[in-house]
Order: sequence, then C-alpha cells, then structure tokens
Amino acid sequence: MEVVAGYKHYEQLNQEIKQHFEHCKNIVLQNVMGQRYIGDGLQGKGKITIYGTPGNDLAAYMNGPEIEIYGNGQDALGNTMNAGTVTVHGHAGDTVGYAMRGGEIFIQGNAGYRVGIHMKAYKQHKPVIVIGGKAGDFLGEYMAGGILMLLGLGLEEKEEIVGKYCATGMHGGVIYIRGEVDDCQLGKEVKSMPLEEEDKQIIDRYVKRYCDYFKQDFKAVMQTPFIKIIAYNKRPYKNLYTAN
Amino acid sequence: MLKKEGQIRIPSGCAISGIMNRKGERFSGEDIIASIALMHERSNGLGGGFAAYGIYPEYKDLFALHVFYDDVEAKIRAEDFLNTHFDIESSGKIPTTKVSAITKSPMIWRYFIKPRKFKLIESELNEEEFTARCVIKINTYFDGAFIFSSGKNMGAFKGVGYPEDIGEFYMLDTYKAHLWTAHGRFPTNTPGWWGGAHPFTLLDWSIVHNGEISSYDANRRYVEMYGYKCNLQTDTEAITYLFDLLNRKHHMPLETVVKVLAAPMWQDIEKEAPEQAKKLKALRAVYASALINGPFSIILGFKNGMLALNDRIKLRSLVAAEKGEMLYVASEESAIRVVCQNPDKVWTPKGGEPVIGLLNEEAKV
Repeated sequence: MEVVAGYKHYEQLNQEIKQHFEHCKNIVLQNVMGQRYIGDGLQGKGKITIYGTPGNDLAAYMNGPEIEIYGNGQDALGNTMNAGTVTVHGHAGDTVGYAMRGGEIFIQGNAGYRVGIHMKAYKQHKPVIVIGGKAGDFLGEYMAGGILMLLGLGLEEKEEIVGKYCATGMHGGVIYIRGEVDDCQLGKEVKSMPLEEEDKQIIDRYVKRYCDYFKQDFKAVMQTPFIKIIAYNKRPYKNLYTAN
Repeated sequence: MLKKEGQIRIPSGCAISGIMNRKGERFSGEDIIASIALMHERSNGLGGGFAAYGIYPEYKDLFALHVFYDDVEAKIRAEDFLNTHFDIESSGKIPTTKVSAITKSPMIWRYFIKPRKFKLIESELNEEEFTARCVIKINTYFDGAFIFSSGKNMGAFKGVGYPEDIGEFYMLDTYKAHLWTAHGRFPTNTPGWWGGAHPFTLLDWSIVHNGEISSYDANRRYVEMYGYKCNLQTDTEAITYLFDLLNRKHHMPLETVVKVLAAPMWQDIEKEAPEQAKKLKALRAVYASALINGPFSIILGFKNGMLALNDRIKLRSLVAAEKGEMLYVASEESAIRVVCQNPDKVWTPKGGEPVIGLLNEEAKV
C-alpha cells in the first residue's frame, strides 16, 4: 500500500495510515514533508516505510510496529514509545527517545540534544537507542533505564562523539560509547566503568543489528573499544529535600 | 477594545525560517511563505511576519518607514512630527489584498525619508542615531502610531494571522529580496496584536524569535539606560536593541555579540587558552546584563546578511542547510526541504554557536 503524503495535513495523513494499517501491514509513505505524529499510538505488527522528512513526534506511544525512514528524522522521534523498531537512514533531531519505555531506535548518523532524556525500563521492557554518529549535549539526561549506544562512526578529526553534560541526573540504565569521553563531559552522578562479559554480549548484539541495517562492517566497528557509563548511586537525590 | 501586550496574560511555541542568497541575487517571497507555511502547527494564528532585505533598491539611500495607525488622528499627529524632522521623498499606503483570515487590520502606511539637514546639525547626531531616536519617540509618545520597520532597502511586514495569510495579505510574492526571514507566532504570555507580531526591528536590524527570555527585565533595564524604550512589553524587542547597542553603538563584531548574548558557561571559559579566557571573562563581567537567559532560537537580519542563534543549552530547535549560494535556517528541517529538496549540506548548530550568512564582498551594501 502506497500513500503520497505531499502537502497533506498531518491529521488526514495519520487517519489514512491508521485506516490502511487495519488491513494492510506494509505501508509505504512517499514524499513526506514534515507531517507530525506518524505512527503514533499504532498497535501490533506491521511496517511503515517512509521516504522524505517526517515531522516531530514520530512513533510517539507506538506499540509494536516497525518504521523505516529513508531520510532524516526531526525532534522527539520515539517520544514515550512502548514497543517496536524505528530505523533512520540519516540523522535525527533533539530529544530522540524522550521518556521511551520500550522498543528500539537505530539511527545511522547523528542525533541532536537530549537523546534518551528520561528513558526508563521495567522488567522485560527495555528501550534501546543506537546512534551511529555523534550526539549533542545532555545525552541520557535523567535516564532511568534502558540502553543508549553511541558509535561515533564517520566523525571528522577533533569532532567530539558526545557533547557536554552527558548523563546528567542519570540514575538507571546504561550508556555504551565507542571510544573515549573526557570525565568533564559527564554528569556528576555517573562514572565510566570497564565492560563486563554481559556488556560485551549486549554491544555485540546491537552493533550487529546496526551493521545489518546500514551495511557497515561489523569487525571494523568493533575494533575500537567501548566504555560503559552507569550511575553509581541508585537514588542520588534522595536526601535533597527530606532526611529519609 | 483589544487589549495590548502586557494588559493580559495568556499562559499557553513559534516557527522561524530564513533564506538568503549570498551573491545578493533577489528572489520573490514565495519560498519563504512556503517554508513558514509548512510549520503551520507551530503557530496559532495570533501573529505572523516577514523581514525582506533588498526590496527597495530605487530608494536604497532613504529610510523606509512602515507604520501602523489606529486612526486618522494618529496619522496626522505622527506625520506632523515626521514632516518636521525628515524630508519625505515618497509616501503611500502599503499595498495589501483582501484575505478572509486577516481582519481588523490597522491603517498601514509607508514613507521613504531622510533626516532634515538642519535637524541633523542641530542634534549633532548621525542620521542612523537621529532616525532611531525619532522612531523610539513616536513609538513611545504617539498613541495609535507604531513604526514597525525603519531600515534602508529593507522592510518588515507583519500582523495578526497565520504567517502564510499575512504573506498573501502583503502580496510578498510581488517583492524581490536577497534575504527573507519569517515568523509564525504562538503567543505564550500575551495576546496577539499587530505591533506585537515578529519581526521586531530598529533601523535595518530585524529579529524573529522562538522562545521566551527569562532575563527580559534585566535586559530591558540595561538597554533603557541607553535610550531605548521597551514599550511593546514583548521580550523579543530587547534582543533587537541589544544587537543595535552592541554592534552599531559599541562597534562590537557580531561574533563577539554572540559571546555576550549567549555567553559561554564559566566552566567552559576555564578550558579556553588564557588570552581567550581573559577576553571572555571580561565580556561576561562588563556585559552581564546583556546575557539572554531562557530558551530561544532567533534569526537576526541585517544589511549584510543573517545570523541564527540558539540559547546555550539549545532549548529550541534550529536546523541549517546550504545549497550553492543559498543559505537556509529554520525551526524544522522539513521547512527547508520544502523549498530546497536536495541541499548540499544540512546541519544542526550547537547551542550558542551562530550560523552567520554574509553577503559576498561585491554584494555588500
């Protein structure tokens, strides 16, 4: 099923997508021009392939489907997403995976500021964001759970893999960064730790997936060692306002 | 009567876009309208506006005033003042067309003027300062008259409505400029009124702004010490006056103005080489009151180009792109791609890191 988005208003486009999705589990959107909220709240299995530049809050509250974007994503992609997969053959904007609760996001290139802000995990629900390039300031801000992975592929010389205030306020989950990060770029609540066996397995699994999606050489990517960033205190602010 | 800014507070975002040709080649307003229209959802119909540079080549040595009048009496009073202080080369209504969504428009008038020679001599001011003071005087003391544009070879066009409707209302497809900026307003604290729409201008400075300035009152008190009057009770106008003060009056290069408005954090200054750190510390100390705090993305238009800037921690979105001599900045990437499908380069500037587009040497004014 193919839908040409063009200048359609987002309400109409999303209504069409929802209607088609009930009986067709493979929808292709052509010429998408900034329409917001694509795939929001969509349930169950199925795939949406997007050509163009989808608007803000793509896959918000999405619960199951797969979205593949040939183009760049904008802000708040995967906002409060619950389950499913988003792959972006390009870059993505600020606040990717905002308060994400489950599912996976793979971005071939760079992502903006505040990626993974407030993402969280519960039992088997573990959100995962893999970014192929670099990320801006406040990566993993207030992160409470899940996995953030940053590969730093294709960076120019002296280009930093991550901005300032990385993992500020983080109190759960884990960030894996391929390469080095200066301690002064990290929030006060976290520290950089050596990898354990379990970490290596996780990294292997998701880097493989990334390399499959974006046709990269797994071995070459794995040649640079990763670091792991975690919060060293589960509740860093528990004494901030009260004594207990 | 419609309440103006500051008389009412509506607790409740915005869209900005800028397109320029660095060679100075001029193009119609159609692209900027298409770009800002794509971000329709970011505004709510309570304000839209445009700034266009290079539109009045036949009058390029005269100040072009765009004025809103509430009534004929206000016009008579303001024109009496203008006639006393300026030679008016040409004047007339700004052409508009009927658009169903645009209602209750004020009288919209345009004048091409130059300061009267003996007035300049008497005032001991240069013509920019003289004109700026007259603009501030009218906007402060002349009820019902509001000069919303006062630069040379440029003009602002704004009003209450969605930006695409305002663009149609002013027939911007009939103007040609080498630089266009646009704004779609979603007023967060105050009602929309014609004067309160963006861009905010003084002389050839224009600002379109998405965000809000929490340091407004500190900034206002600071610029008012230098004769500016923040009489629109809208945070954005303070940014326009800060650029005018720091660049035109204090002769500070724009790259340095940026270090004042979006000053680097102290901890980042410490990491700089000693000479640079000393300079940055001095700027923060001397110009502490010119620091703009709060979330913002802005596009500044001026006679030689445009400058786009985010607050230091990037609390508002901003995307830039280039294709040949064209430079684009917008709140959303799709608003660029709608008018430039395959840019040579697309990037997102860091917080506090300006995107500066200047006219090539031969195209400079």
